[in-house]
Formats: sequence, C-alpha cells, structure tokens
Amino acid sequence: MVAFDEMTGMGSELRPAYDALDRWLKEAPPEMLALRRSQAELFFRRIGITFAVYGDEESTERLIPFDIIPRVLTKPEWSKLEKGLRQRVTALNMFLADVYGPKECLKAGIIPPDLVYRNACYQLEMVDFQVPHGIYCHIAGIDIVRVDADTFYVLEDNARTPSGVSYMMENREVMLRLFPELFATHRVAPVDNYPDQLLATLRSVAPRSASADPNICLLTPGQYNSAFYEHSFLADKLGVELVEGSDLLVKDDVVYMRTTQGPKRVDVIYRRIDDEFIDPLVFRGDSVLGVPGIIGAYKAGNVTLANAVGTGVADDKAVYSYMPEIVKFFTGEEPILKNVPTWRCREPEANAYVLDNLEKLVVKEVNGSGGYGMLVGPHANKAQIETFRRKLKAQPEGFIAQPTLALSTCPTFVASGVAPRHVDLRPYVLSGANGISCVPGGLTRVALKEGSLVVNSSQGGGTKDTWVIDA
Amino acid sequence: MRIKISHSITYAYDEPVRQLTQILRLTPRDHDGQHVMSWRIEPNIDGRLRAGQDPYGNIVHTFSADGSISGLSIRVDGVVETIDLAGAVRGALERVPPDVFRRDTLLTTPDEALRDFAVKATQADGAPLAKMHALTEALHDEMSCDRSGKRTGIGAAAAFTAREGIPQDLAHVFMTCARQLGLPARYVSGYVAASDALPLAEGAHAWAEVHLDDYGWIGFDCANGQCPTDTHVRIAAGLDFADAAPVRGARKGGSGENLAVSVTARVAGSQQTNQ
Repeated sequence: MVAFDEMTGMGSELRPAYDALDRWLKEAPPEMLALRRSQAELFFRRIGITFAVYGDEESTERLIPFDIIPRVLTKPEWSKLEKGLRQRVTALNMFLADVYGPKECLKAGIIPPDLVYRNACYQLEMVDFQVPHGIYCHIAGIDIVRVDADTFYVLEDNARTPSGVSYMMENREVMLRLFPELFATHRVAPVDNYPDQLLATLRSVAPRSASADPNICLLTPGQYNSAFYEHSFLADKLGVELVEGSDLLVKDDVVYMRTTQGPKRVDVIYRRIDDEFIDPLVFRGDSVLGVPGIIGAYKAGNVTLANAVGTGVADDKAVYSYMPEIVKFFTGEEPILKNVPTWRCREPEANAYVLDNLEKLVVKEVNGSGGYGMLVGPHANKAQIETFRRKLKAQPEGFIAQPTLALSTCPTFVASGVAPRHVDLRPYVLSGANGISCVPGGLTRVALKEGSLVVNSSQGGGTKDTWVIDA
Repeated sequence: MRIKISHSITYAYDEPVRQLTQILRLTPRDHDGQHVMSWRIEPNIDGRLRAGQDPYGNIVHTFSADGSISGLSIRVDGVVETIDLAGAVRGALERVPPDVFRRDTLLTTPDEALRDFAVKATQADGAPLAKMHALTEALHDEMSCDRSGKRTGIGAAAAFTAREGIPQDLAHVFMTCARQLGLPARYVSGYVAASDALPLAEGAHAWAEVHLDDYGWIGFDCANGQCPTDTHVRIAAGLDFADAAPVRGARKGGSGENLAVSVTARVAGSQQTNQ
C-alpha cells in the first residue's frame, strides 16, 4: 500500500514545509540523532512521564517512545484543519444539547433514535437538564488522519476525557531543549499557552452562582490510572488542586474539597473519571473512585463538570458514522472535515459485505477505545479473523467497519535509520462560554513498527512533536 | 384488593458512621392497577429527607445524616388498593422511551447459553405476547427460586448457568432473553402479598415488564410463573436491579455493617374500613 508521505508526497517531491528539516536531516550525523534520542529518553524518564498499559503484566508503566523528528504542517494546512475542527466541535455540542433536550435531530430522522436510546453512554440523568452555559464537551480530542496532500479524515471524536495533551506539551519542551537550532530556522507556532486556554475555558463555565474567582480542581481516579501522570501535570500547569474522590465531599448539594483550613467550596471540576465511576449513588455502586452525591450537586446547578456527564453518546463509533449529517443539520454548512467511509454492521447488507471482506477491513467495537477490541484485517491472522467473524454474527450492532486507510507517513528515526512510519494527529479543541480555542497542531502519534497502522500508545505507538510553521 | 405493607430496614454499625446518604426507592406511584391509599417513610434518626424522582419517574427519597451514627432504621408503612389487570401496566408515568430498555447492562449481559435459550424457549409461538408467556413458563420450569432472602443477586448469565437464583436473578434472566429477542424489558421491584394462589410468596419481590407494541408494558413474574396480579404492588422500575434498587447508600467512616430486614405484605382483612 503506497501512502502519502508528509515530507516527500507520493515519493518524488520534497514538500516545501520540510525543506529546511530535510537539509538538517541530511547534514546531521546518525550518531548525533542517536545521542539526542537517548537524551530525550533520559529527559522523559527524569520527569516521570509514563503510561500504564492494561493487560501487560511485565511492566505496568512504560515510557511512550518519543521520536525526535517533528511532524510539520504549514499554516494554510492548519487553518483549514482548524476551521473544520471548530465546525465539528460546534456540531458535537449542539448534538448533545439536542439529544438531551428537544431531540430535533431524532424527529428529523438524521439519526435512528434507537442508536441514542440504546446507547449505554446516553445518560438518562442528563435528559432535560440544562448544563451550565449550554456546553457539554469542553475538551475534545479529534483524531485526524491524512491520506493525501488535501484530504484529512476524522477517524474518531473523543468527547469524554481525551488524554495525551501532556505529551503534546512535553514533546515541545524536549524539542526546544535538544534542538534549539531547528527553532531558529523555523517559525513554529507555540503550544505552551494550552494551560492558560484550558483554565480560561474552565473558569468561563463556572456556575452562575460561583464567585468571580471560581474554585477549580482536577478530579483523578488516582495513581493507578493510565493517565495519572497527565492529571498531575495538568493540575500543576493549571495551578489547581489535584484531587481524588475521597478528597471531595458533598453536603446539601454543594461540593467541598477537604483542605487543612477546613472544607472549601468547589465550583468547577475538570474530571478525568468516567461517567460510570463518578457517583456510586447514581452510577456503578461498586465504584470507590467517585464522589457520592456529586451528580445531585451537579443537577442542582452548584458545580460544573467538565466534560459534562453523557458526552459519550456523541463519540460512539456508530453515531460517528452519522457525523456528516449531524454537522450539516446543526451548522447548516457542508462538513469541512470528512468522515472515513464506514459500514454500519447493524445494517444487514453492510454486515454481509463486511463478513465477506474481513481480511481487507478494519473492524471496530462500537464502544471500544484505545485500540482495544479492534481487528486490522490485512495484518490479522486467520484465528483473529474467525474470532471477529463470530462476534459480528452474534452481535452485529456492536461493530462498525472501515476500509484500511493508507495513513500518511512521516520520516521517523528508527533502528535502521530514518524511515517513513504511519502517523495520525490528535488536536485538542476547547469549548467554553468564551468561545472555541485550539492550540496549533496537537499530538502526533506514530506507529513505530514498519507498516503498522495502529498508533495507540497501548499498542506500541510513539509520539512526535507537531509543528505548525509559517512557510 | 387492599394490601397493607410494613417494611423495616435496619443497619447497625460496629463503629459509628460519620456521614451517610441513602437513596430510597421505596414509594409506589398510582397507575390503573394500583392506588396508593397511604404511605410513609420514617428514618429513626435525625437527618434530611428529601423527595424527588429519577429519570424513569420513580419516586426517590434521599436521606442524609451526619454526626456519630451507630445505627439506622428506616420504616415504611402503607396501604395500596390493587386491581388485577393481568399484568398490564396502564396509566403509569413513563418518562423514557421504550427503546432505552433494550440496552444490556452489567447484570443483564447475555452469554451464548442465554441467547440459545431465548430462541428455543419461544420459537413455537408466533406473537410476541405468546412468546413472553412461553418464556415465563420455560424459566419457571428451568430455574429454581430461592426465597430465603439470605442471598444476593449474581446477574443473569451466572444465575442461568446455575439454574438457580433469587427473584431478582430470575427477572434479570427473563429481561436478558426478552432483549435478545428485540423487545424492551425492564426490572421492577415491589411487594407481593401472600394469597391462596401464592402462599409462600409474601415479601419484597422482583419481576420484569416487557413493552409490546400492541399492549404497552406487561409484567411477567418468572419466580411465580405468571403475570403479576392484584397481589403485586409495584414500586420502582429501571434497566436492572442496580437502577431500581430499594436502597442505595454511601457512608463515610463506620465499619462492620449489619443489615436486618423485615417485610410483611398482607391482604387487609375487610373492605368496610374504607370510610
């Protein structure tokens, strides 16, 4: 499969954005690259940026490999992407307000009602509840893949608790230290204002009853969560308290944080705990991570949860397949960002096609994430394909399928030298009462194995710094 | 039929609790098959008791208290007038569309055996209503029901594998099968009064309801192998037990929780007290 390369296009050209980088790569002795890479690794180890991999008993925490060659986007490319992202996130928020409110899109037949009602992420507690300032998805991570010079597809919307933004920031930090000369020759848009933008977003959505200086905290499931490093990193950058469920208490529908000076009222909670675990009185009763009564406080309008409860219904993979229609319905505009063509296995003809072509397709669980519960047909063995064939026959509505996309490649420093590896991009889009913001670029994830299309860090993916440059 | 219910739930703690919150789904609503004559909920300690409703429309009381709490007893007393509508639930407050009740939940996740059973038990019958009656009878025959009140539920698949469960488990098995057949099914908690037909059934109980296009919601009580009658008092409905549980709680501090429950549900002796 021939893929578009971010540096060389279809192989014969040198794309202008990579001009200076190409020259630098040619001049740089391999020993220097190897040295810088080990320095980068040392740096990441020292700051303790790790990621837990579920189902891996050997090492529960590992370093996500970092590749020192940046991925470069030009300003015009980014401008178009950013416009598309703003439109997409606007539509996601309008969709959520609608399915938990008037349900116009269901009445208009834009999406089959049972896809919403049967979805476990459609939280009945949220029906007819007005979220503060009308915003549901304050922090979105939209996964983008590129297939040629002009075409970007949205692979997945992450509207629950998207992670990875700490890597975006740390990658830049490391690059600035290791390669100051590259930043002298490139005008790279900064990303270090992300915490300021996030803080402004969170402050803007405080309940109207809160003081002018709302008290914000970040709620983590704790140190055993795969993204705990990121939680503590962000709390530190935001200048807010990092709390676990047991640090919060609810009294008379008001949330308080335990402090050495006694309980302190909390106005906004950037929560990195999933819906199911956030309140044992309402959701899973066996959850010890959450805060009993927090949903009551939320519904009384005394605290803002970011993201809102129930956003998962918008990023479900079956709902995803309707996003072009959803964007059009709510914004009245043609979608700027395309969707990957998707077969909905719940439709019998589609499932028949998928079953006949399993070895060519990527099959995903509607409710899966992080690359778990996924079949990449061309790279799967017979047994894996048969397992999915059985699953698809037993429960077709649990799956979607997509063509195996030729994700763009980017030069990457691997054991054999500099070689192309497939990449994707996760930009972070913030929505507050103050509007939408998005730092230029995002997190580039790279599949380090030759030919691999799975970029998830849990499946052997790495990351790169992402540059948006003034070309 | 007039049914008089007394239900007491008593917690004793070896070490005192500092704060507790209880979510109580212990109050019936009116519908065509039942009329609530009187009802009261009374905790035996000071605290805040607030009434509201959940997304399904069930009446929910939230009781919270703090201090040094060594025990709590919640007493429920009431009288409900019932009519036998052959299981049909009409005139009830319905806040969510039936499609919601086609979701699988943690307690109603099917396995291969349940999928097969759902199809085999119902394939001789054509119409959905007949299929559900067949399913009720098949499960009543297939599974034994433990009414000792000494066990907790284990979920549909595990209970079906064991061919044994408490009424809650039987309801979950039935719902899982009905959902597999594409029908919306929900969990109902309530009370059953002892009667000539069901002399051993008295107490807190659980059954299921299925939504059929031609009839609306209809109850099926697998533990008793029949549709609910005027001996059944309906309290709360939800996606599964966790959703409709009579009591959910959280507490800070305290240890060694000891729970004692007593329930009586009796047919009131004479009708002439109605003045």
